[in-house]
Amino acid sequence: MLQRLREDKALQGLLLIAPTLLWMIVLLIIPLILTLVVSFGRRAPDGGVIFTFTLDNYIRLLGLQPDCLNPFACFDPLYVSILFRSLSLAFNTTVIVILLAYPLAYFIARAPHERRNTFLFLVLVPLWTNFVIRVYAWMMLLRTQGAINGVLGWLAGLLGIPFTPLEMLYTPGAVLVGMVYEFLPFMILPIYTSLEKIDPSLYEAAADLGANALKTFWRVTLPLSLPGVVAGTILVFVPVMGTFVVSDLLGGKQVILVGNLIQRQFLDARDPTFGSAASLVLMVLTLIVTLFYTRKFGFGKEIVV
Amino acid sequence: MSVYAVELRDVVKTFHTPEGGTINAVDHVDMQIRHGEFFSMLGSSGCGKTTSLRMIAGFEWPTSGEVFIDGEPQGHKPPFQRKVNTVFQSYALFQHMTVFQNVAFGLEMDKVPPEEIKRRVGEALAMVKLTGLEKRYPRQLSGGQQQRVALARALVKRPKVLLLDEPLGALDLKLRKEMQLELKTLQREVGITFVFVTHDQEEALSMSDRIAVMSYGKVMQVGTPVEIYERPRNKFVADFIGETNLLDGTVRSVDGNSLTVFVPALNAEVRALHQGAFHAGQEVSLSIRPEKIRLVEKPTECANCFPAQVKQVAYIGADTRVIAQVVQAQLRVWEQNMVSTLDPDAYFQQNEQAWALLPPENLLALPVE
Repeated sequence: MLQRLREDKALQGLLLIAPTLLWMIVLLIIPLILTLVVSFGRRAPDGGVIFTFTLDNYIRLLGLQPDCLNPFACFDPLYVSILFRSLSLAFNTTVIVILLAYPLAYFIARAPHERRNTFLFLVLVPLWTNFVIRVYAWMMLLRTQGAINGVLGWLAGLLGIPFTPLEMLYTPGAVLVGMVYEFLPFMILPIYTSLEKIDPSLYEAAADLGANALKTFWRVTLPLSLPGVVAGTILVFVPVMGTFVVSDLLGGKQVILVGNLIQRQFLDARDPTFGSAASLVLMVLTLIVTLFYTRKFGFGKEIVV
Repeated sequence: MSVYAVELRDVVKTFHTPEGGTINAVDHVDMQIRHGEFFSMLGSSGCGKTTSLRMIAGFEWPTSGEVFIDGEPQGHKPPFQRKVNTVFQSYALFQHMTVFQNVAFGLEMDKVPPEEIKRRVGEALAMVKLTGLEKRYPRQLSGGQQQRVALARALVKRPKVLLLDEPLGALDLKLRKEMQLELKTLQREVGITFVFVTHDQEEALSMSDRIAVMSYGKVMQVGTPVEIYERPRNKFVADFIGETNLLDGTVRSVDGNSLTVFVPALNAEVRALHQGAFHAGQEVSLSIRPEKIRLVEKPTECANCFPAQVKQVAYIGADTRVIAQVVQAQLRVWEQNMVSTLDPDAYFQQNEQAWALLPPENLLALPVE
C-alpha cells in the first residue's frame, strides 16, 4: 500500500486535495444544490418549503407578478433597485478603496526594506478585532451624540457658532465609509505584493530612456501592478456585494442591500424559497461582473496574489 | 564638440554603511573618455566601477566632483535629461511590452513621430539581428535575444555615449564570446562611445580601446590593453591583470630605462626595466609574467639566468605550466608547447634540473606601495 502511494502520482494528488475537497462538497456544493432546489419551490404557510418547480420567486425578484399579464402595470422596482443599489455600492466602495490603497501600497513598496514589514503589520492590525465590533466602533463615531459630533460641537462652541449635530449614522454615506474601512487591507496587500515584485531597474530603465516620474508611473509601474489591482478588486467587490452586517448596523432601515434582503427572507419573512432565489441571483450577478472585469483587465493571465 | 565624450573630475561618491559609518565607493576619480572610444572599467565587485557608470547615467549623483558629458557639467540632472543611454545587467526589459514597444519606448518619450519611430525601431532591430521578433514579449525570448533587445532599445535613441553595465554577465560562455565580437563590431559601425563595465579581464582586454583598472574606488591605471598588460604601473595592476611573479628587492643603480636590483630570494643582482622615478636604495617589486620566463636545459648566454628545479608540472594543452624553485624563489613558468609530439621527454618532468632565464626586458620594476 505504502509502496503504491510512493509511485502513484495521481493517488498522491488525490490524497492531498481530499480533505479540502470533502469540505467543499459538504459545505459548498451540497448546500448550493439545495439552494437551487429550494429556489424553485413554494413557501408553505408555516414557513417550510413545498418542493415543486416554479419560477415565481425569480419573477418576483424581477419586480413582476406571476399572474400579471401586463408587465408595465404591475412592475414593482423594489427588488431590482435593491440589486442595483448593491451593485453601485460595491462599485463605489471598490473605486474608493483602490484610490486609497494604491498610494499607500506604493509608499510601503518603496519604503526601506526593514520598515516594510512594520507598515504591513500596521495595515493588518485592525483585522485582529472582530469585524462586527469594528462596525460598532463606527456607530460610536457616527452617532448623533458620537465622537465626531462631539468634537465638532466643541469646536463650534469655542468659535461661538451655533451647531446642530450632523445626521451621519443610518445614511448611505455611513455604509460606504464602513465598507471602505472594512475592506481597505484586502486591497492594500495584493497591490503591495505586485508593486514590490517590480524590478527597481525598470524604473531606472524608464528614466534612462527619457521618461519622467509621471510617465514612468503611467507606462511602467501601473501596468505592471495591475494584476494586484485586479486581485484586490475581486477580494473587495465580491464580499461587499454580499455583506449585510455593515449596512444593517450603519445603514439601519435606510440602506437595504441584497445581503440584508436574503437575511430577512430566511430569518424574518421566513420565506427560504425567495431567499434562495435572491442568493443565486446575487451569486450569478457577482460572477458575471467579476468574469467580465478579469477578462478586460486581467490580460487573460492568471492572477498572482 | 568638446575634447572628451565623458569626463569625471575629482569625483567622490560616499555611501553610508549599515553600521553607521561611511565609505567612499568612488574615491577622487579622474577619468577622460574620448569620443568614439570603447572604454572599459575593470575591477572586482565593490571597486566602484558600477557606481561610476551610474553617476554618468544620472542614477546617482556625486558627493563631490563633477561629471561632464560632451563637455557639459551634469550636476544633479536626472537620467531622462542626459544624452546617454544604459544597457542594464539585468536587461530591465518591460515585461508587459512587446519587443517593438520596448524599443519604441524611448522614442515615444522624445515625441518622435510614429512613422519615424517605426522606421528607426526597424533599423535598430535589424542592427541587432532581431527582425521578425517585433511582436514577441521578453519572456518569449532567450537570454541572448533579450540582451539584444536591451541593446537596440538603448541604441535606437542615438545617444552620445552608451553605458553598458556587465551586459554579458548573464550569458553562457560561448554566447558571451560571440556577443563580445558583435558588440565590438557594432561599436565600430555606429561610432558611438561605449563605456563598458566588467569584472572579466579577458573581456575587457579583447574589446576595449582603453581600460581603467579600478580598486577600492580608485583608478589604478588607465591605458590600452597592451599597456595595461605589458607595462602595469603598480603591483595591483600587475597582479590583477593576468598572472605574474613578484620578486622584492632593492635598487642598486639606475641607468636610463634600466636598473640593477638586488633580489635576496635569488641572492643576486638582476637587470630590469622601469618607467618611473627610482633611486638607488629604494625598495621595489619586480614583476615578470609566467610566459616570459624561459626554462632551458643549458643556457647559451646568461643574463639574469639562474639554476632551477622543476617542482610541479601541469600539462594543459596549449602550454605546460611549471612551478620552479629558482634559488629561493618559487616562480610560475608557462612553457608553450611548440611541437606536436606524444613523447613525454619533450616536456619538463618533476624534479628535473634546468636553468631559468629572466630576460631583463621582461622584468618590470614597480614601486612598493
